Amino acid sequence: MSTGERLAVLIPLVLALGGAVTAMAADQPGLGKPVSEADLALWDMSIGPDGKGLPPGSGTPTQGAVIFAQKCEACHGKDGVGGTNAALANAPGKSDRTMALYVPNATTIFDFTRRAMPWPQPKTLANDEVYALTAYILARNKIIGENDVMNAETLPQVAMPNRNAFVSRYPEKH
Amino acid sequence: MTNKHERLASPMPDVAANGLIDRRALLGRGILFVGAVGTGVGTSLNCAAAEPLAVDPWSMIPGVPIPAYGVPAKYEGKVIRTLTNPNNEPRTSQARTPHHLLDGTITPNGLHFVVARTGFPDIDPSKHRLAIHGLVKQPLVFDLEALARYPKVTRINFVECGGNSAQLYSKDPVQANVQAIHGLLSCSEWTGVRLSTLLDEAGIDPKAKWLLAEGADGPSMNRSIPIAKALDDAMIALYQNGERINPAQGYPMRLLVPGYEGNMNVKWLHRIKLIEEPVMAINETMQYTYQVSGPKIWQFFFPMEVKSFVTHPSPGLTLKGPGFYEISGLAYSGNGRIAKVVVSADGGKTWGQAALDAPVLSKALTRFRMPWRWDGQPVVLQSRAWDEAGNVQPTRADMFVERGEPRGNAGMGHMNVITSWAIDNKGEVKHVYG
Repeated sequence: MSTGERLAVLIPLVLALGGAVTAMAADQPGLGKPVSEADLALWDMSIGPDGKGLPPGSGTPTQGAVIFAQKCEACHGKDGVGGTNAALANAPGKSDRTMALYVPNATTIFDFTRRAMPWPQPKTLANDEVYALTAYILARNKIIGENDVMNAETLPQVAMPNRNAFVSRYPEKH
Repeated sequence: MTNKHERLASPMPDVAANGLIDRRALLGRGILFVGAVGTGVGTSLNCAAAEPLAVDPWSMIPGVPIPAYGVPAKYEGKVIRTLTNPNNEPRTSQARTPHHLLDGTITPNGLHFVVARTGFPDIDPSKHRLAIHGLVKQPLVFDLEALARYPKVTRINFVECGGNSAQLYSKDPVQANVQAIHGLLSCSEWTGVRLSTLLDEAGIDPKAKWLLAEGADGPSMNRSIPIAKALDDAMIALYQNGERINPAQGYPMRLLVPGYEGNMNVKWLHRIKLIEEPVMAINETMQYTYQVSGPKIWQFFFPMEVKSFVTHPSPGLTLKGPGFYEISGLAYSGNGRIAKVVVSADGGKTWGQAALDAPVLSKALTRFRMPWRWDGQPVVLQSRAWDEAGNVQPTRADMFVERGEPRGNAGMGHMNVITSWAIDNKGEVKHVYG
């Protein structure tokens, strides 16, 4: 097939697929369908450590305690202690590694809770509930006060105990 | 060049203590059986004569109908994964590969190891979508039909959980078999589309240094991955050992980042977002970080470093009396090809070089083999590997100098020290620290 013949085949194809693939080289499939960021909004739930991506809403430890008792306690235990699953706080006198004491950014707690919890019904918590639960977990670990409000502005500012402990191994040396 | 008669008359010399034989004995020339040659009565060094052979019943009837999808022989029912959460309770499930019951280097799909935060999602392939967005010129969505038309590549790569072999951090040797200790490791032939092809189509914004890869599973497992790795050898894998990816391995598609810790090979992949900095996901902060001396916590520790272990013999595979055995095992490195494996039968005092099954592939399991004549006395078997980048598998002493003794339940990953199996005079194999 000459170049001219190939173009004759390709041009109607490109036109049929719309404008999005016109920039593709002719030897590439170009079969990805263009989509807008707005149409990906429900999927795009990742949150950066700087708070980028945090939704509107807010919550306090007191509000979180109520939700925790309803939706989390069955696995994580009363007040986040002594459950069948990961302890989210320490019993008096203990200093084990909990999520809040270990992770370097409070945004991680929000992100994980929103995407993965509660285990049987992930992604069903309202944003206010996720803020409240995050606040509750932080307060149970004495990282924030009992009346502190967590929202898109305050959450990234929380001074996590381990924030300076992490050292990146990337880029790796071979 | 020696003639056949001379070879038969000259057994290969031992290359290390306690009966390790030069690996050239594996070349199939019959040199080990010098005592049996020419006697004409079928007796060799250790074996009584065989019974006369009768015609077997299965040789006298028609066979069983051929099934549409073949499964292993019914006598192989013990060759299965061990499960930590068979009832799918609300916690992580692990399924471990039985390396002591397999040989070669490719893991059958049904025996590939699994770590899953819940079970596997039941994904309708016709509805599954892969989105690529973030720091790109044009966000794009792909379905399976579209991806099927892209140029594909096939590669053999291992996948190993970052927490595999964590039992070796224990102060005392855990009494467990190779499946329990090293079973979060498998190797497959993967076929799929290069990630770079799809990223090029979306158009990478030069500000993008990382990407977020996320699964379509309930917990939406996600990891940050360097763009450099994505452009180097990452793949959107669609096939595993020739068939569509197993549901527990990410059906209908997974990310494959060869040599990097297993958790980064995101299963049920449905979203890739190009970003400037890592998102600090739960699986790169709470999990898959490693507490070391300092105290500091290593993060973004990606390649699984050079490692080997003996699978045959190993705990549970009791030796049936003195005589010839083949020692074999697996070696691999997330930094390239295996360059050399040595084996010891005296706890690391003397070593002999093992034979490597060809082809030796980058970031793939390599099978090593070493002929051995066991004299029936207690021995300690070990293996040690080097990769082509010059990295050597560490001893326990080396590892703990660098990492410090592990504390609490942290620091339990990227464990690649030498494994030691002690064999007593009854042929029983136990895990020890050499």
